[in-house]
Amino acid sequence: MPYKSLHARHNQLANTQKQLEILSNGIFGDGELPYFSEKIKESEQYPLRPKTLEIFQVNLGYMCNQVCTHCHVDAGPDRKEIMTRETMQLCLDAIKNTRAHTLDLTGGAPEMNPDFRWFVDEASKIGIKDFIVRSNLTIIEANKKYHDLPEFFKQHGVHVVSSLPFYKKDKTDRQRGDGVFNKSIDALKRLNSVGYGREDSGLKLDLVYNPSGAFLPGNQQSMEREFKKALKSDFDIDFNNLFTITNLPISRFLEYLIASENYVDYMTALVDAYNPAAVSNVMCRNTLSVSWDGWLYDCDFNQMLGLKVNSNIKHISAYNETLIQDRNIVISQHCYGCTAGAGSSCQGAVV
Amino acid sequence: MQKTYYDPADLKKFGKITEWSEERGKKFFEYYGKVFEEGSLTEREKSLIALAVAHTIQCPYCIDAYTTDGLQRGINKEEMMEALHVAAAIRGGATLVHGVQMMNKYEKLSM
Repeated sequence: MPYKSLHARHNQLANTQKQLEILSNGIFGDGELPYFSEKIKESEQYPLRPKTLEIFQVNLGYMCNQVCTHCHVDAGPDRKEIMTRETMQLCLDAIKNTRAHTLDLTGGAPEMNPDFRWFVDEASKIGIKDFIVRSNLTIIEANKKYHDLPEFFKQHGVHVVSSLPFYKKDKTDRQRGDGVFNKSIDALKRLNSVGYGREDSGLKLDLVYNPSGAFLPGNQQSMEREFKKALKSDFDIDFNNLFTITNLPISRFLEYLIASENYVDYMTALVDAYNPAAVSNVMCRNTLSVSWDGWLYDCDFNQMLGLKVNSNIKHISAYNETLIQDRNIVISQHCYGCTAGAGSSCQGAVV
Repeated sequence: MQKTYYDPADLKKFGKITEWSEERGKKFFEYYGKVFEEGSLTEREKSLIALAVAHTIQCPYCIDAYTTDGLQRGINKEEMMEALHVAAAIRGGATLVHGVQMMNKYEKLSM
């Protein structure tokens, strides 16, 4: 499947403003479906405000060895946006004084940043309690220089969160590219071999499931049961938890929804499944997202839509946690993706 | 008046049947919800049964609903199609088993 990022294809959706227009016009603009702000007003949750900051999520760059059809980052090998060591240092300065207990590294493939290991080393020294790396798995197999990543993760007690859309080859490869499933399985075996996901090792390996199409994820516990059963019997692979994540209607997934004429039905399904209880625990309330160039966002999705935090402090160089926590969270209709059903976040369901 | 008997948008209005007979409608949906809860059978197994029955009774609303439901539960296309073959086998079998009746009648009337 020769597939490139929206940016490389000069697709109109590479322009975030265009995406925001689509999300605000059409079925929402003509009143067929309510705006997200109206919906959360009904349950007196507007404006959405942050709770205690728990997760400091840093996007190390949009470069990735994969080009997944659903990617909300529009990541790929052709994306050159990479966090510099200088910006990483600014993040470290902020992390030293943060109340957040978790440092969450994402991308792209964060491991492809040439200063990735330096950053992890430095962040470890600061003493973050929970250290997450969001790995696409295949990067571990992509090149010899990445083969020792499991050992490196182990050395730093990193909690590995890996994407695996399904426990079968065809669905995985259709979403993420040919050969991805087999490479992911090899990478999982490599992680298992150093103890990740194995009982009593203390090394956490969680998997992320997201639907391979225009439908919502099912019950997280049931899916976890199915994944565990299949991966154990077919490949003797162990992991800790499965997180189900809803695909948000932005970037390449938005492109797919529109091209496959599923956009209206998908948005309707998200709105119909709106769950006010999920709003209390959406991740933008306990997370702060930092982009490769140091700008601050309420979440990774807002980052990809170019929606910076609604605060006087907008860049990591001016970081002040007290000031930044006193803000209203920026919302649009993509937020319905995090409040549908049992909710969705980088840690899976929230209800 | 709409030009076709079936409109996909009507599926979302299913709940409206309660408006014209509230008590019965409510009881039906309570029962429906209870039926699909995990019991001795898993919700996944029940979803596959529903999909097979949907094809047997040829209800387009149910096919729409339980294909989506199956996808959400991680049921793959091979499992879905196998379930349909169970329905088809029973349906075909039901036709053919009546062949015994035909044979009996044939034999009875023939010299």
